[in-house]
Amino acid sequence: MIKIQNVYKSFAGKPVLKGVSLDIHERDTMVIIGRSGSGKSVLLKHLIGLLKPDEGQIIVDGIDINKAKYKDLREIRKEFGVLFQGGALFDSMTSFDNVAFPLRTFGTKSEAEIRDRVHECLELVNLPDVGPKRPSELSGGMQKRVALARAIALEPRYILYDEPTSGLDPETSNTIDELIRRLDQQLPVTSVVITHDMHSVLTIADRIAFIHEGEIRWTGTVEDLHHADDEVLLSFVKANEYQIGNPSPTANFS
Amino acid sequence: MAAALTQRLLAPARELGRYSLLLFHAFTSITEFSTYRKNLVNQMVVIGIDSLPIVMLAAAFSGAVTTVQTAYQLVSPLIPKSIIGSIVAPSMILELGVVVTGFILAGRVGARIAAELGTMRVSEQIDALESMGLNSVSYLVLPRVLAGMIMLPMLYVMACFIGIGGGVVAAHLGGYLTIGEFMNGAREFFEPFSAYFGIIKSVTFGFIITSISCYKGYYTIGGAEGVGKSTTQAAVLSCVYILFADLLLATLLL
Repeated sequence: MIKIQNVYKSFAGKPVLKGVSLDIHERDTMVIIGRSGSGKSVLLKHLIGLLKPDEGQIIVDGIDINKAKYKDLREIRKEFGVLFQGGALFDSMTSFDNVAFPLRTFGTKSEAEIRDRVHECLELVNLPDVGPKRPSELSGGMQKRVALARAIALEPRYILYDEPTSGLDPETSNTIDELIRRLDQQLPVTSVVITHDMHSVLTIADRIAFIHEGEIRWTGTVEDLHHADDEVLLSFVKANEYQIGNPSPTANFS
Repeated sequence: MAAALTQRLLAPARELGRYSLLLFHAFTSITEFSTYRKNLVNQMVVIGIDSLPIVMLAAAFSGAVTTVQTAYQLVSPLIPKSIIGSIVAPSMILELGVVVTGFILAGRVGARIAAELGTMRVSEQIDALESMGLNSVSYLVLPRVLAGMIMLPMLYVMACFIGIGGGVVAAHLGGYLTIGEFMNGAREFFEPFSAYFGIIKSVTFGFIITSISCYKGYYTIGGAEGVGKSTTQAAVLSCVYILFADLLLATLLL
């Protein structure tokens, strides 16, 4: 379980997070939504200690990661798989080597077992044949799926997704959403997804948190979202619906 | 206004502190040999072997030009011709060999390191390494700094031999003196400490180039423009600090 407790963070005197508190339960898919610049990605980086809060605590499985020694923090991070916004694949390696990287670095598997695991992960993301290709030879959506294969290679307990569908066409976005949904069902993982894509939200979320101007303004399930009366939230949902030009998933919000 | 001025005045101290901390983290992880072993070998090839042709070329021409210019200045029949060898050889060993090698590596290797790490930073590849539980400083910074400190002395030794060789060839082809006269002059004034001093300088220059470039690359901000800025700063600062270190070491050790 991840507990975010009263987290504050400023950059150059400008507050980005203003007392964020949120609980993320085991096996849940928590989707954090909000406008660009609302502090979503900053919050995500706090969950694995890539950023340290000015105040507040991030507690992962009962351990305050900001008080943990760097060595212990690295052990905690091994429980996480992270899909970064741009994929963050190592461009000096092939797709195969990218997925094999955490296995070779931390695993105790033989090279044959690593090969099998890499193929298994690439098949899970529906890209069984891209192993020899370098990231520069892949499309944006394919890069994200290879990055996802890398994120799940070590069978993490937590998967963090930073804007998994941003910059992708609707069809590829749907593929990624279905993939996230399928992984959540097939693997015993807790997922945290950062997005402003309402279609993704309605496809993958168990619980939703709406972050606005550095504060968690609303939390609830997809069902709760249909009955929400928070004006800022509704405005965000409707604006998003207008942007994607597809009213069907959120047609009930009026 | 006063606060902004204070911030500006404190900026160099903050930079120095951050640079020192990065190196502290790098060298305290020196025991994690398995993390950086492979990268160390790769970097030794990139910094050492790949730089060999350009360093050799520059050294050969430096030796040749020094010989021709010394011969041009020594017009008195009272001065034995062998003195040309005793000027060129110590010049290569004490100063030219190591400074020429240092400047070439500052441009070739320094810029490459800063661009590589800078791109990894802005494309979140360094965050990806950290999020996997890997010590990114040990993985990226330490092998580059160690490779610089190991390979620059080797390049320096090669540069001295080739530089003196270039001098011999220029002396012979230009008809200024015979090979025997040149070598007699070179041997007559040879001081073993000059070679030790050159080795000390080359280790220092190797450290300066790689550590500054790693620092600039590792803390790059601001996308492609930031990478360009870091690359330029790495090359320029490396050259400037090589000059300072050259003077400081000469003052302290000679």
